[in-house]
This record gives sequence, structure tokens and C-alpha cells, in this order.
Amino acid sequence: MSFSLFMQHLTNGISLGSLYALIAIGYTMVYGILRLINFAHGEIFMMSLYFAFYGVAIFAMPWYVSFIVTVIITCMLGMLVERAAYKTLRDSPRITVMVSAIGASFFLQNLAVVLFGGRPKAFPTVQIFTDVIKIGTVSLQRLTLIIPVATIMLLYSLLYLVNKTKTGMAMRAVSKDHETARLMGVDVNRTITITFGIGSILAAFGGIMWGMKFPQIQPFMGVMPGLKCFIAAVIGGVGNIYGAVIGGFILGIGEIMLVAMLPQLTGYRDAFAFVLLIVILLLKPTGIMGEKISEKV
Amino acid sequence: MKKRDIILTIISISVLILFLMFANSRFDSYQIRILNLCAIYTILGLSMNLINGFTGLFSLGHAGFMAIGAYVTALLTMPAAVKNQNFFLQPIVPWLENVTVPFLPALLIGGIMAAILAFIIGAPVLRLRGDYLAIATLGFSEIIRIVFTNTQNITNGALGLKSIPNTTNLWWSFGLAALTIIFMLSLINSSYGKALKAIREDEIAAESMGIGLFRHKMLAFVIGAFFAGVGGGLLGNLLGAINPVMFRFILTFNVLLIIVLGGMGSITGTVISAFVVTSGLEYLRVLDESINLGFVRLPGIPGLRMVVFSSLLMIVVIFFRNGLMGTNEFSWDGLFALLRKRPSFLKREVGR
Repeated sequence: MSFSLFMQHLTNGISLGSLYALIAIGYTMVYGILRLINFAHGEIFMMSLYFAFYGVAIFAMPWYVSFIVTVIITCMLGMLVERAAYKTLRDSPRITVMVSAIGASFFLQNLAVVLFGGRPKAFPTVQIFTDVIKIGTVSLQRLTLIIPVATIMLLYSLLYLVNKTKTGMAMRAVSKDHETARLMGVDVNRTITITFGIGSILAAFGGIMWGMKFPQIQPFMGVMPGLKCFIAAVIGGVGNIYGAVIGGFILGIGEIMLVAMLPQLTGYRDAFAFVLLIVILLLKPTGIMGEKISEKV
Repeated sequence: MKKRDIILTIISISVLILFLMFANSRFDSYQIRILNLCAIYTILGLSMNLINGFTGLFSLGHAGFMAIGAYVTALLTMPAAVKNQNFFLQPIVPWLENVTVPFLPALLIGGIMAAILAFIIGAPVLRLRGDYLAIATLGFSEIIRIVFTNTQNITNGALGLKSIPNTTNLWWSFGLAALTIIFMLSLINSSYGKALKAIREDEIAAESMGIGLFRHKMLAFVIGAFFAGVGGGLLGNLLGAINPVMFRFILTFNVLLIIVLGGMGSITGTVISAFVVTSGLEYLRVLDESINLGFVRLPGIPGLRMVVFSSLLMIVVIFFRNGLMGTNEFSWDGLFALLRKRPSFLKREVGR
């Protein structure tokens, strides 16, 4: 493999990894605060693509207006899902909440089929982002460079929010202990809803960039990225934001490199994430950056 | 067991057999197919309930085990000529081409293959807990599906298998469902069953009482996988065509739905809800078709069925958390008590 080809694959891997990282952060935040997998996260991601599509294609908004509206609506959708599927079951056994979350995810999928139709649609292309540029011998879409930069910017604003603001402090408190946080005057329900909202905002950013990179959208497209990004979160250590980003990059780069180096395994591309997950779970069940949780008797 | 109960049980079993004979001769093929599906989903629901409901392991790998059972049974029952028709892209591997066995051994081999795989998977995976276990089993079932999509000369890849002999009939499906119920009942009431329930209630307490956690979890996992394989085999030979896309996560979800609605840890609940959910899903198909009200014709909206279904599911999960039966079981005493309008409908189970 020549150097320029390698760089081509590497940049592709990094931009795919950044997208995975953005979605994985949503999983890891919800898991950190509720100890639950948000099964509907992949569907929220899918819905954001449709919102952006309809904004540009049907309501003829300029792309930047449409993208901002998308982020806002997706955030609201995420909070709505939390209110409907999670809040009502706050003190129930985990399996019930899990089933309710899976139910919400199937509801959104099929709602998308009913509302938007099952046929794949072409995501609008934005010239500024999709133009091809050449750096040395490597030619790539401008988007491929923008995605990692945007991801890092979003990551740092999120870290600022979590570590420096009052809302972030409340989120950290709730993730440690619901009861104690409540006694300290934290509105637990509101904090959890905000966490879902923030996760959904990141999913919307991820979705918009995903749509520009892979411009085909259909109602069931959220399932695989959803699963893979949860895996990315687990690999990095679920509950840890840095971990989610690292996991996302490992998964994205690993996947692209697997296909690039061993083309005969192309069909097994989706299995790579699952194999990696199982290997990680066996070697270090808490993930790369996860803290060890000892069981209380 | 009281004499009255024995008589009542015999009567109800003979009524069921008479009903099946009637159904077999009078019902049209669509209704027979739904009945078959109900019985198959009973088997699948019971096998998943053993893992998730009785042992408390949150496993989401059922579709994978069903895929193994379905493919093994289909490949073993298809005659060589049909196999050659199916495999037109790449010829089938020679050692599989001329193997044809009767239905029952094929089903059993399918179940055993699923159980062996569960044993291999279980060794590493059952050390995990809760959500991690769920996502790891889900991962394995996806891996099985992806492998089946890519092994062109064994499973015919994404094309799937067609013209599988339609050997599943009411006798096979209901007979095996009855056998599964009897097996599960005797397992649950044995000392193994008590150990499994103890693990569900509190792993650490169970371990300190001297219950081997890993051994019992593995037992439940392997037995569950065996019945999932048998159910998958019945399903494949009922539908006549299978492909890897069939065995996506949504299939696991359907079975999970059945056990959650029926009550995690109740055999009766699973049986009832398997029938209600399966026939309900079929009859909701009305929603996808266009409805003619005489004066106005409402066009059908594809997908509306699943929207209604998933919202129904969420309503049930949110408002009736323990499902239909909770962890209770049917008993004749309970039924008579209900008929006499006594509040204690069903015998409360010990410890819950």
C-alpha cells in the first residue's frame, strides 16, 4: 500500500471515527447518569437526518438555517423520548426500562416509515463541504477535514459544560448518586432530561455530518451506527466522555483499515465492531478508561 | 394433584386436540399458519423466559440461535435437487449436498447446534452482567447473521434458502410446544429451577448459599438456546423461505415483547401472550391495507401497523409493569377462585 493511499484511508477512518465519537458521547452520558443503554439514540440520530433533509428539500431553507433548526428539533425530540419512555419508569426494574426504550426505538423507526416513506432519499449536498481538495497526493473532500475539527470543538464545549457550569455539576452529582443529589437540591429529573437533550444535540451534529458524508437516508439507517456507537462507548469505558471519543476513533479507523488491508473481509465489516466489543469485554470489562465498579452487598 | 384437577386437565387437553383436528380440516391455510406461528412463538417465548425471566440474565441473542436452528433444519431437510436449485451463484459444499434427514432429527440437530454454540459463547459472555451481557449477546447474534450472509456456499448468503419443505404442521408445532411447556414446568419446579430463581433474585445471596452461579447460568443459557434452535427450525420449515435479514434484532424483540407482556418468569403468561401477540400482530395488518368504508376509501399506510404495535407495547410496559401474570402461574384452584369472584385470582408464588 502506497503512502498516499494509506493517508487516504487514515483520513477517512478519522472522519468516520469522529462521527462515531459524537454519537457515542450521547450513549455514554445517558449511561453515566442513568446506568441504562439509550436504545433510542440511534433513532434520534436517524430522525435528525430526516429533519435536515426536509428543511433543505421541502421547506427550501438555506442549509445553515436548516441545520440549526435540525439541532433544535432533535434536542426537543431527545427530551421528549426521555419524558415518554424513561421518566415514567424511573423506579422500575432495569429490564422494563430497557424494553420501553427498545419500544421507543421501534416506534420512531416505524413512525419514520409512515411519515417519510421507506424509500431511501438523497441527502442534500452542500457545495462548500463536499468539494474535493488535494493535499500533496491525497485528494479528499473538505468535509473529511471539517468533521474531526468540528468534533473536537464540540467535545471541548461539552467538557466545559460538564466541568465548569452549574448544570454540569448537577449532571456529575446525579451520575454519582440520585438520592444524595436530590437532597442537595438538584432537580434530578430536569438534569436527566437536559442530559438527553445534550446527547441528542451531539447526535444531530453527527447526523448532519454523516448525511453529507454518506448522502443516503432511510428509516432503518440508525440501527447499525447506533449499535456501533454504543460499542465505541463500551470500548472506551462507558460513562467516560474521553473514553467514548477514543472508542469512536478506534472503531472508525479500525473498520476502515480492516476493509483497506484485507479486502476479502469486506463483508465482515459490521462484525468487526462486535468482535472488538467482545474482546474488550473479556480483557477489560470496564473499557479502556472506565473506572472499576465494585459491587456493594 | 387433586382428582378433580386431573380430570379437568385431561378434558382440556382432549378439547385442544379436538380443536386442532377441527382446525386442521376446516381452517384455511392463513388461519392454520397463524396458529402454527402462535405455537412456535410459545416455544421461543418459553426458551427466552428461561434465560431472561427465570434466571434474570438479560440476553438479547435469541435471533442468532433461531437462525442456527432454522438454517440447520432447512439444509438437512431439503432434498439435493432443491439445494442445487437454490445455490446457483456458488455450488453448495459437497459434504452438505446429499445429506437429507427426516424432520425430527433435523430439528434436534438444529437445536443441538444452537446449544453447542451457546455453550461456546456462554463461557466468556456469562461472566458479564446486566447491560453488558445484553449488548454482548446482541453482538454475537449479529455476528452469526453477518457470517451467514457471507458464507455463500453453505447458507447461500444474502439470497437465503427457498422452497424449504413445508413439514411444519399443527401437530408438530403444538406437540413440540406442549413438550416444551412440560419440560419447562418440570425444570422450574426442580431444584435447578429453584437455584435459577435464586440467582434472579440476588446473585450474591445465591452464591453464598452454595449455588454455582456459572454452572446454573450456563445450564439456563444452553437449554434456552436449544429450544430457540428448535423453534427456529419449525419457523423456517413453516415459512418455506429464510434469509439472514429475517434474523435481525427485531425478531429477538418480538420474543422479548411476548415474555415482557406475559410476565417475566411466568410460563402461563408466556403461553397466553404468545398467542395474543402473534395473532394480534397478524390481525393488525388491516392497518397497512386500504380500508373501504363504502362511501370513502382510506388508503393504507405501510408501517402504521408497527407504529400502533410499538405504542401499544410502550403503554403496556409503562402502565402494567409486571405484565399479564407477573410471576404467577395458572392453577385450577386459582381459576375456580376467580369464578367465585374471589380477589386472590392466582396462587401467589413462594418468595415473591
